[in-house]
Formats: sequence, C-alpha cells, structure tokens
Amino acid sequence: MSAIEGLETAHHHADEHDHHHEAQSFWQKYVFCEDHKVIAKQYLITGILWAVIGITMSVIFRIQLGLPDSNLSWLKPILGGWISDAGKLDPNFYLALVTMHGTIMVFFVLTAGLSGTFSNFLIPLQIGARDMASGFMNMLSYWFFFLASVIMFASLFLQQGPAAGGWVIYPPLSALPQAHPGSGMGMTLWLASMALFIVSQLLGGINYITTVINLRTRGMSFDRLPLTIWSFLITAVLGLISFPVLFSSVLLLIFDRHFGTSFYLSDIYINGEALPNVGGSPILFQHLFWFLGHPEVYIVLLPALGITSEVIATNSRKPIFGYRAMIASMLGIAFLAFIVWAHHMFVTGMNPFLGSVFMFLTLIIAVPSAVKGFNYITTLWKGNIVFTPGMLFSIGLVSLFVSGGLTGIILGNSALDIQLHDTYFVVAHFHLVMGAASAFGLFAGVYHWFPKMFGRMMNTSLGQAHFWMTFIGIYLVFIPMHYVGIAGFPRRYYQFTSYDFTHKFMDMNMFISVAAIFTFLAQFIFLWNFFYSIFKGKKSPQNPWHSNTLEWTAPIIPGHGNWEGEIPAVYRWSYDYSKPGAKEDFIPQNIPYSQTPESNLPHENELIAIEKVIESQNFNDQFKTHH
Amino acid sequence: MYIIIALVALVFIVLTGVVISRLQGVLKSINKTDSDEVVTTGNKFNGAMFIVVLVGGAISITWSYLHAREFFLPEASSIHGRRTDDLFWFSMGILTIPFILVNFLVFFFAWKYQHKKGHRATFYPDNHKLELIWTIIPAIVMALLVFTGWKAWSDITSEAPRDAEVIEITGKQFNWIARYGGVDNNKLGDYNYKLIDAQNEVGIDLSDENSFDDFTNPSEMHIPVGRPVLLKIRARDVLHSVFIPHMRVKMDAVPGMPTKFWFVPDKTTADMRAETGNPKFDYEIACTEVCGQGHFSMKMRLIVDDEATYKKWVSEQATFLQTYPEYLAKVPENLKAKAMKYVPAEAATPAADSSATSAGGAGASSSLR
Repeated sequence: MSAIEGLETAHHHADEHDHHHEAQSFWQKYVFCEDHKVIAKQYLITGILWAVIGITMSVIFRIQLGLPDSNLSWLKPILGGWISDAGKLDPNFYLALVTMHGTIMVFFVLTAGLSGTFSNFLIPLQIGARDMASGFMNMLSYWFFFLASVIMFASLFLQQGPAAGGWVIYPPLSALPQAHPGSGMGMTLWLASMALFIVSQLLGGINYITTVINLRTRGMSFDRLPLTIWSFLITAVLGLISFPVLFSSVLLLIFDRHFGTSFYLSDIYINGEALPNVGGSPILFQHLFWFLGHPEVYIVLLPALGITSEVIATNSRKPIFGYRAMIASMLGIAFLAFIVWAHHMFVTGMNPFLGSVFMFLTLIIAVPSAVKGFNYITTLWKGNIVFTPGMLFSIGLVSLFVSGGLTGIILGNSALDIQLHDTYFVVAHFHLVMGAASAFGLFAGVYHWFPKMFGRMMNTSLGQAHFWMTFIGIYLVFIPMHYVGIAGFPRRYYQFTSYDFTHKFMDMNMFISVAAIFTFLAQFIFLWNFFYSIFKGKKSPQNPWHSNTLEWTAPIIPGHGNWEGEIPAVYRWSYDYSKPGAKEDFIPQNIPYSQTPESNLPHENELIAIEKVIESQNFNDQFKTHH
Repeated sequence: MYIIIALVALVFIVLTGVVISRLQGVLKSINKTDSDEVVTTGNKFNGAMFIVVLVGGAISITWSYLHAREFFLPEASSIHGRRTDDLFWFSMGILTIPFILVNFLVFFFAWKYQHKKGHRATFYPDNHKLELIWTIIPAIVMALLVFTGWKAWSDITSEAPRDAEVIEITGKQFNWIARYGGVDNNKLGDYNYKLIDAQNEVGIDLSDENSFDDFTNPSEMHIPVGRPVLLKIRARDVLHSVFIPHMRVKMDAVPGMPTKFWFVPDKTTADMRAETGNPKFDYEIACTEVCGQGHFSMKMRLIVDDEATYKKWVSEQATFLQTYPEYLAKVPENLKAKAMKYVPAEAATPAADSSATSAGGAGASSSLR
C-alpha cells in the first residue's frame, strides 16, 4: 500500500519536476503554495496579525477594569456604537471582548500561530525531508484556517457583536439567542469558524504525524529526533484525538441552536416563556468541551517546551539534560492531559467523587512538569550561555512555566478550588503557565529560526530589550492578579463597584492595567524588528547559532525541496554540544562518528560500523536530488 | 496609586533609555561587520539583568504581598471555610519553596554561566539518580497535598446533616431568588419550570401541600448562625454560580440539574460588623458563571442571624399564597382547606369563588401554560 503510494507520489513529483523549473506564478509561490516553508510563514504572519487584534482587545478591557472612570470616547472611531455617548464601554461588548480575546489567543495565535508555524517549518527541515507528506493537505490546512479567520474576523463587525459567552461558550447562554445579543449571529459565526478551524487542525495534524513517522532521513531514528520534533509529534497526536470531540460538541450545540434538539437544554424559562426542551444537560457540553479544552492547554504549551529545549541546549552549548526523561515526561503529560479535564468542573455540581478522582489525576501532572523544569535548570548549569533573544525568551519561559504551574497545584485541589474557581487567581494562573509561557516559546522560536525563514538576522539588542520589557511586564501584570484573585474577585466582571467585597484593590487593578499597557507597547519593538528584518536585516550566515540540527545544513534560503542534491544522512543525536575532545563546541547531526574519533564515547565507536548501512539507505528520496 | 503609575512609568523610561543606548551600540557594530560569525552582543548586560530582576523581583513580591495582604478575604465565616483557608495557606507555603528555588536557580545560573570566551560548557547529558530524585520528591509532596485536599473535599461535599436548614436559591438573569420551606412544615414544596410566571418566579407547584407555607425573597437571604445550612441551587434560564465569598461557598446553578452545597456559618452579620469595625458590613452572594449583561451585578444580601432573630424573621414573612392569593385557584380541591390557612381572610373568599367558577381542571391546566 505505502509502496504504491510512494510510487504514485514519485510520478507526481516527476511531473512536477519540470514544472518547478518554470518560474512559478505569484499565486503558486506565495498564496496557494504547497511548500511547507511558505505555509509556515503564512501561519506565522496570520498568527501575528491575530495576536495584535487579540492583545489590543485585552488592553481595552484592562482599561475598563483598571481605569473605570476613564473616558473612552477616543475609541469611538474604531468601536463606534460600543462606546456610549458618555464614553463608557458597553457591558455586552465587554463580554464580547473577553470572549474573543480568549478565542483568538488560544486557538488562532497559540495553536495555529505557534504549532502551525513551527510544526510546518521545522518538521521537514529537522528530520531531513523534502516537504510534508502531503503538500496539498498542508495547503488546505492553512486555507481552512484562513477561512476560519475570515469568518471570525467578520463576526467582530456584526451589529449585535461577536460571540460573548466566554471562550468556553457554555450553553444555555450560548444556545439561546434571547439570553444575550452575543448568542445570536455572533455565536453562529463563532461555531462555523471553529468547525473550519478544527478541520484545519486535523489536516495539519495528520500531516505532521505522517511526516515524522514516514519521512525521516537516513539514520534519523526516533532517539535521534530533536525534542522539537518530539513535541510537535505529541502535540499533533493530542490534537488529532481531542479536536474531533470539540467538533462534536460544537455540532450538537449547532443542533440545539437551529434544529430544536435538547442535548444541552432542559427546564428553561426565559423572556417570559418556558422552552419545550427537556432532558438535556449543560454539564454534557462542559465534559465534551473540556475533553478538548484541557489537552488544548498542552497543544499550546508542548510546542513551546519543545522549542525551548532546542534553544536552551544550543545556547547553553550543552546537551539537553535527560533527553529520554524529557521525552518520557512529554508523553506522560500528553497522556495525563486526557484524564484531567473535569478539574475545570469541580463546582459544576458534578458528583463529588469524580472530583476526588480528577484532583488526584491532576496533581500527578505536577510530577512530569517538575522533571521538565529541573532538566532545563540542569541544562543551564555549567553551560556557556549565549544570551541570544531566543535564549532569553526560553529562560523566561522556564521561569513563567514554573511560577504559573505551581498555582495550578492549588487550583487542581478541589477543596481549594471552591473559593478560587472563576476568580482572577485562575486567570493569573493560566495566563502565566499557558498564555505567557507559550507566547515566550513562540518568540523564542521566531528569534531562533528567523535566519532560516528569511535568510536574515533580527536585531539582537532590540530582541533583548523586547525580552526584558515583556518578561518584567508579564510578571507585573500577573503576580498582582493573583492577589486580586485571593481577595475573591470574580472574572468576567464588567466592573467591580456592585459589591462590597470587590470594592477595594482599585490601585492594584489600575497597576495591572498600566503594566498591561506597558507590556503591550513593548510588543511594537518586536513587530518593528520582525518586519524590518525581513527586508533589511543583516544577511544570515549558514549556521548562526552553531546548532547541530539538520535545518542549518540546508542552503541559507532553502528552495523547494530543501536540500540541493542528496538529503544529508544522520549519524548522531542533535545534542553533541561541547563534547570533550571535540575541536568545535558543536558537532552537527550529519557528521559521522568516523570523522570525530577524538570525541567519541566508547559505545559510539561501535556505531561507526553501521554508518555504511545508514549511508546506503534511501527510503524517502527516490531522486537523490531536490526538485 | 499615582506613585505606582509613576513607578511603572519610570521603569518604562529607564528601559527605553537602555534600548536606545544599546541600539546605538548596534549601529556602531553594524559598520564593522565581519565575515560569517554572529557575535551575540550584550552578554554581560543581560547576565547582570538576571540578577537585578531576581533581587528586584524578590523585593517587590515580598513588599506587594505584605501590602496586599490586608485586602485578602477576612477570616472565613464558616467552619469549612477556615479549613480550606488553612489548607490554602499551607499549600501556598509549600509551593513557595519550589517557586523561590527554581526561579533563583534559573536566574542565578543564567548569570553565573554566561558565555565566556574560550570557556567550554560541561558535557553532562544525563544522571538517572538526579532524575529519580526530582521525580520522587514532587510525587511525595503531591501525595501529601492530594491527601489533605481529598479529606477536606469529601467532608465538605458529604451529605448535609439531617437537621440542616434547607433554603432554595434560584438564579435568573439577573438576580437571585431565595425560597424557604416556611413556618410550619419547613419543607420546600415541589416546583416545575413550566409553572413560572411573573409572580411565581421560581415555579412553585401548588398541587404539593408542602408548598402552601413557602415564601420567597428576591433581595435578601437570612440564615441562622451555628447550624448547617443546605442550599438547594437551581437556575431558571442560563448557568449561574452561587458565590458567597466570606462563607467560601461556590456552586453552579444549572438549568435542569439541581445542585447543592451545605455549610455551617458561625459568625452573624452583627459579629462581622463588630470584627471588621465596619457598621455597614454585609455578607454578599455573587454570580461567578458568566450569564449575560448583568453578570457583574447579580447581588443578593445575605444576613446571618442568631437563632432567635432568624426564627422571628421567618415567622414574620408572608407566604407566597398570602402575597398572591389568586394562586389559590391552582390548589387542588381536596387540599383547598389546608391551603386556606395561609391565605389572608379577606382575600380568601373571592379567590375560592373564582376557582369554583373556573371549573377546576380546565382552569388549572390553562394557567399551567
């Protein structure tokens, strides 16, 4: 079967062979392109644009929360009727902002923008493949994402506003248009957009998995894969298993909204009318949603951890500490990710016994996470650390991941969650551990692989300044937010003046907002650096970070097919940094042990014997040439 | 608070200055670019920054914690609440250790092992003993936390004691409605969402005799101090969540799926007013599950009375039938006599008449709509 398929693709490629030597039209080259590198850049640029929108939204509602007396009339040109004549933000639109911020950041920026960019860009380049297993599906994946983006973006301009029931869109609020203006057309578009987004994720995920399993170059065994690839593979598996469940929950919600079913609806009296629906359960939706929702956290985070592993090892000039333990802990996290979802539901009225079980399973996740944290620290220990911007963001990620992860141990404890559930403590927790940490992974990846993407370097000093402002800013925002949470402030509140118990911490909320604006402004340094460097950056050398992985053996600007001539074979793992006896402090993966007798460990000398075998293999590159 | 803004502004200005000065350094270095090597500049500066942020961060976190502490919720007013509070601070105490340890090591190592020319990193790919240590220690700590948490959780969510005061609380857009079992039988009557209308806001089913002495209150809830209170929680339209911050109580209100939460309040409102020195202090019930436009203001006053005051308050409340005697029409004929007890004398006669004329079954079913 696979052999036949291989032949077919072979013919396909042969046909294309001639084709590619003609100049490709603009559309083929940059728009409907099947090249993984272009698709990665499409994901990245789209992700960056979404990030600008998503973070701007957060700044607007932070102004509302921290500076409630401010006059927002100056936003009228953009927000129009959502700002009242008195210059106040509309409460319904506040909820819409919160909802869209969550949706955009979680799905469009940190799932598509992070995993979409780097899985696409790095998988073929780091495993030594000409392209993804199916370039066409890969292209479809991006364009489904694009379509989802267009629909979601369009929903922002609806007169009733976009979806507004929180990014978790719990029914019945999201199912009943009469319950909230955001549950009308805005929610319909949200659901349509997410359905397309899921299709995009599945097309991408299948491709990532197939490519990693089938298209590794000669000698690239699983225990020589860089940790980035491991993380992308595991992420794709997580997505493939969990996204269909979100799809089903979305589908059932669409049925409830438009076809009169009662999956999630029962015993509802609203707007003077008792609805006929009985027998449904809103809790069912929550189970289905969080069955994706929790793995989603790791879909967002694992690629960031993978990128960090690679960047920290490279720039510490040390092998990653505990390579196998890192893989094992990622597998452990991925497995546990599927059996902890109900810790989001401790106080939904779910059977308390289930709560105990999920508390136990949840707290186990701390163990593999701790292993990862300590392994990063040991990798830094006695290193020779170069503070490239990518490295700084990776170090920052470790700090954020641990600081934010620790409060998860509090929230995973069902007894403590009673008080803290849906307060700002939760918001602070997940923004640190998942939001900021993953964003730092994204930044680390962009800074580190920018030279490979565009053949130019980003400005180091601006990158370093961007890091420090962002890093300090993030902590200034989210540490005080924990305090606000401990005081019991509920999330998704338009203002805090209605209650005595929230009638305090005005200065703290103002501080958070000011710090958020500060952090927001710092991102413009990145934007400028990024777009300026694409065109005007210093030309990149072949291997700017002295890295071991395969992508740096490809031409500085790899063409279609990545390598000219044969794809390099792989003889060693990717972490031979600062090996005792070696001339340089790095030995790329494609250097055979026979060429480095001075630094080989005893068991590696034995591997010299099989080098000939590796060299003669040629399973996925029938032509031995690029096309 | 202006000081804080000024402080942040200062940080911003300083950092901007740093950026500009560093940028100039870069512009200079651009002119002397050489060959193939990428030399990452600013190693010393960035290394030093890690120490600055470490020390600065430690000071600010300590200071801000001490500063913010006064606003953390005052001591809980329920028995389980004090237990979870203790557990919370105990867990936070334990977690502070890895928080400090890890951040210290990350920042310190970054500074200590920054790039030095001619220096070689130590090739140190693995150590099984170390891996085992930092797998087992967190596992043991987690086991401890799970155990304490699980004990507390199973006690809090256990069945309510039989003598608990049962009060129903129903969430709707955008307020809470409390319903009491009444003066006489202290039992809540049945309900049905299809019976809800403008007056009968929680859908009291008047064909159940337990409902005759039920009374509702849409603005405040009174509970007795020192004995278990069982909240039966419902929602009418969308999800809501009952949150009583001082009682450490939170439970979702789900349409179609009644939930519950029981607790023992042990400080009356008067006690708390004395303790906080705030004569206007009130317990509050809030909503913590986003439910629409008015989510942020779904407030209900909670008053914790001593036993005598509570009993007195309950006896003074007008039952639902007293307030709306016309609902007598929905009481089945055989129970009418019983229901009459709860209807004010002057209203009773016309109401009874009207029910007789509207011919029983048909009238009742049409008003069911």
